[in-house]
Amino acid sequence: MTLPRVLLAAALAVLLVLPALPSLFGSYAVTVFTLIFFYGFLGQAWNIIGGYAGQLSAGHAAFVGVGAYAAAVLSQDAGLTPWIGMLVGGLLSAALGAVIGYLGFRFGLRGFYFVLLTVAFAELCRLVASNVDAIGGALGYYITFTGNPRHFQFQDSRAYYYIALGFMLLATGVVALIERRRFGMYLTAIREDESACEALGVDTFRVKLLAMVVSSFLTGMGGTFYAFYLFSLQPSTVFGIPLSVEIVIRPIVGGAGTLLGPIVGSFILSPLAELSRAYFAKGGWIGGHLVVYGLLLILVVLFLPQGAYPWLVKLGGGRFLGGGLRPPSDTSPQDGAGKAGARSGPS
Amino acid sequence: MAVGLTLIFGVMRVVNFAHGDMMVWGMYLAWVLSTRFGLDPYFGFVICAGVLFLVGVAVQRGLVDRILDAPHEMQILLMLGVALVLENSALMVFGPEPRRVRGVLRLSTIDVGPFIVDLARLVTFVVAVVLSVLLWAFLFKSDLGRTIRAAADNGYGALVIGTNVRRVYAVAFGIGAACVGAAGALVAPFLPFSPSAGLPASVTSFNIVIIGGMGSLPGAFFGGLLVSVAESLGAVFLRPSLKEVVSFSLLIVILLFRPAGLFGKRLS
Amino acid sequence: MSALLEVRSLSKSFGGLQAVKDLSFDVSEGEIVALIGPNGAGKTTVFALLSGFLEPDAGEIALRGRSIVGLKPHAICALGLARTFQIVRPFPHLSVLRNVMVGALARHPEPREAAARAEAVLVEVGLEARRAQAASGLTLAERKRLELARALATEPAVLLLDEVMAGLNAAETERIVELVLGINRRGVAIVLIEHVMRAVMSLSRRIVVINYGERIAEGVPDAVANDPRVIEAYLGDTAEG
Repeated sequence: MTLPRVLLAAALAVLLVLPALPSLFGSYAVTVFTLIFFYGFLGQAWNIIGGYAGQLSAGHAAFVGVGAYAAAVLSQDAGLTPWIGMLVGGLLSAALGAVIGYLGFRFGLRGFYFVLLTVAFAELCRLVASNVDAIGGALGYYITFTGNPRHFQFQDSRAYYYIALGFMLLATGVVALIERRRFGMYLTAIREDESACEALGVDTFRVKLLAMVVSSFLTGMGGTFYAFYLFSLQPSTVFGIPLSVEIVIRPIVGGAGTLLGPIVGSFILSPLAELSRAYFAKGGWIGGHLVVYGLLLILVVLFLPQGAYPWLVKLGGGRFLGGGLRPPSDTSPQDGAGKAGARSGPS
Repeated sequence: MAVGLTLIFGVMRVVNFAHGDMMVWGMYLAWVLSTRFGLDPYFGFVICAGVLFLVGVAVQRGLVDRILDAPHEMQILLMLGVALVLENSALMVFGPEPRRVRGVLRLSTIDVGPFIVDLARLVTFVVAVVLSVLLWAFLFKSDLGRTIRAAADNGYGALVIGTNVRRVYAVAFGIGAACVGAAGALVAPFLPFSPSAGLPASVTSFNIVIIGGMGSLPGAFFGGLLVSVAESLGAVFLRPSLKEVVSFSLLIVILLFRPAGLFGKRLS
Repeated sequence: MSALLEVRSLSKSFGGLQAVKDLSFDVSEGEIVALIGPNGAGKTTVFALLSGFLEPDAGEIALRGRSIVGLKPHAICALGLARTFQIVRPFPHLSVLRNVMVGALARHPEPREAAARAEAVLVEVGLEARRAQAASGLTLAERKRLELARALATEPAVLLLDEVMAGLNAAETERIVELVLGINRRGVAIVLIEHVMRAVMSLSRRIVVINYGERIAEGVPDAVANDPRVIEAYLGDTAEG
């Protein structure tokens, strides 16, 4: 039981070092780390519904897209600062998430059917965005560069590094909070067996819906970063299935339903994607990094179905029960009473 | 091609996300055969089907077999991995430029009453119907076909009566892949294609299969017709770029109200 | 005085098959009632109807005088009716303690309190030594007790036990019988489906016998055991053939 704590402490130490790094790095490394953090953030947001609750959403790009377009259009056409537009985008995404979740969960779609529902909604968003000329249609929407922080734009690329880091820490904090509360415990139980949860008094519909809303809100906030980091939005990329795959694959590889899984996954995959992209580009082979993704996904499914993080914990000799579920009583002093009671009880 | 997908799903309850990418490989194979060896796709499709059959068997034997008992989610992710590998290896080998296969029937048309029909499309349609009928006959008339259906009904039961379920699964997966391989080769003469065509093709065929009914052969056939008609109507009454909106909306409605599809048995 | 749980004219059919037909019975405060009948008689269907997993075609179910027909299972659980599943369904990757906590959280939203409550329940069912283990690692007997513990942790007024003794050896059965009696002594009414007749006879004060979804007999154990209709239902085919 101590090893996960050691890992946690190590992770915290790394996170403390991270803010200091940009001053030592070249700009390429800063870019790579920014992407690690950003995709770690998106993965963590997905993790709430996809990992903890076990509802495999393959349409999370829809939330990035809605959030990105909302913040960008509000900033460009209505003069609303993206710092507030970010929340608007989050709320719009959460509303979309609520609709998808309501329909999917009310009608009891599970597994593959839920996957298809989320994909269908994301594709619908893509098609709608491609056909609304006011937001650029299929050609995309472009943001004028001002370099003004009020416009969520920065001359120094290190600013994006810190913002992405902040996003990732925020999402991880939210998940850590959820994990310790009744809500989080219900989520993992729902992943294990929904009917049994119902029998035990869990309103599975409400819990799943709430998870979907929180997850899509955070993802929608991430859309603002996406828009103002790239300065252009194309419906086929920002709503596309490939982005959804990018979001899903990191927590899966790192360990879905664990607190650090999405981050571990992003630290593995984002640099790998960048490096292999650069490597294969040299050889004139585009798409090479996605072949690597595919192979990695196959290997993880076959050999490490719980993901890398639980495997790392086990490797160190620690015990790992499913997804992020060290019972709080094992560490909290208050439950010493419970243990004492256990000893004095009849046996 | 939805026929192939429905076969794989119907028999094995495995969701083949790599379906569209297998079709794209069928197209490229037809392209290679026709440009390098001068083999017309209307003959080449037999070879494409054969090669894809082997690919299907290999994927089933090497990968899917290992996790048949795992949760559905794992299979989805596995096939997603296979899809990524297939699509992007095609991208690496053939590049992103759209290709087109020159068939002998290119540009020839015939008049059927008031309509002008593209001969290439007509031949493809006829061959597709013939293949579907053959497949149906195979499943319902031959011993192996009956075994496949038995395994689909009850894998454990089939195991008990001594069927080699794994072999049956491999054959079914192979035939499913062969169907898309053939389909790919057959549409290649009139549909320009690039590696990125795989994913949309997969999504479209999922549409068709869900709408028609998972695991139902006539469902796949009529689902295909329905989706095409709906998309054409959407293109006429809305705007061409919105035609898919119709089929995705249809998909959502079917998912919610009749998840077993229009022709499928009710899932218990 | 109305009973704790009242079941009136309950009916349910699947397609053409009438699984439960015009079934009525009561369960009073603190009572132990056994629901018995041949295989396929519709006992588990009755439990599914009572706990809200199935909706009846007709009939009324009232808990403390309040109708619970049409409520979702979680709402019925919140009102004080908990069930176990015939085929045990623990959360396999969660620890034993966490399994029971999920039940306890229904009454104690604060995880610490729920954990303390779950610990107490684990002591009661004798699983405290297994608390940190994953539920998938338990023996069948332990899993049956875990199933019971989870339902118990929701602090029900009525507990529906679906074959919690099936597949257990004599000593294990004895332990469960003791456990059920202990739970009942605290005032929890119990309805049990059971095939282990010795346990049924020693536990229940009243037995409801159903066959083809219909009640064919009801009464104290001795009377029911000697009822010719019951004997026929169990041995009918051989007697006639």
